[in-house]
Amino acid sequence: MTAALLRSMFMVFVAGIVGSFGAVFMKLAAKRITSNILSFVNSRLALGVALYLGSTVIYLSALKGGELSVLYPMVALGYIWTLLWSKLFFRESMTNAKFAGLGLIVVGVVLVGIGSGK
Amino acid sequence: MSTISTNPPPQSNAASARRKAAIIVAACTVLNAVAQILFKLAVRNLVPTPLGLLTNLPLIGGLACYGLFMIAMVLALREGELSMLYPIIALSYVWVTLLSYTLLKEPPNLFKNLGITTIVIGVAVLGRGGKK
Repeated sequence: MTAALLRSMFMVFVAGIVGSFGAVFMKLAAKRITSNILSFVNSRLALGVALYLGSTVIYLSALKGGELSVLYPMVALGYIWTLLWSKLFFRESMTNAKFAGLGLIVVGVVLVGIGSGK
Repeated sequence: MSTISTNPPPQSNAASARRKAAIIVAACTVLNAVAQILFKLAVRNLVPTPLGLLTNLPLIGGLACYGLFMIAMVLALREGELSMLYPIIALSYVWVTLLSYTLLKEPPNLFKNLGITTIVIGVAVLGRGGKK
């Protein structure tokens, strides 16, 4: 395993965490959005969008360099962080449908990664 | 002739609002996918000067799509659960893959096809669970 690949893997790992917090701040912002367009101007939304955009920039630069079949499974980790924060911060219910659906999505992302690495 | 009621079948408002939120996010993943492809094109001929960035049409277009996607996501999150809506964003992979087949003429590949099929099934399973 080369140093460049390890570096890309670390970047994807960080991007997943950053992106999942972007989603948390967007959810926090969503509670304050009203029919008034000015309600879109709030610090939570700005932070959420900035984190989400930041994670995309990190993903794109990390994926450019590395083996996609290795990196995509790490991209899929981001979904698991978000599930964890949904439970921890928003007390959302964890149903079998959510676990099964998310499991299939993670498998799908991994398969797309394997296909892209060829 | 008996009158047919136009009222929707009894269903709690919260459940139908959540369903609507899931459909909004699913539809808007197309914007996210287009943004990603435009960002890739933007990076290809990036001129790192203020004028270069402002005249980089793929970059401007990509940011616009991304912005619209974000607005849709936040509106959907007002009603829906994060744990249900966030994984739906994975549908973007389906569109990116299909766009790369058609626009970028990349050869179809078994793993990618299996992957996007699995993602679609996963989103469907997730969506059904949220209806309750």
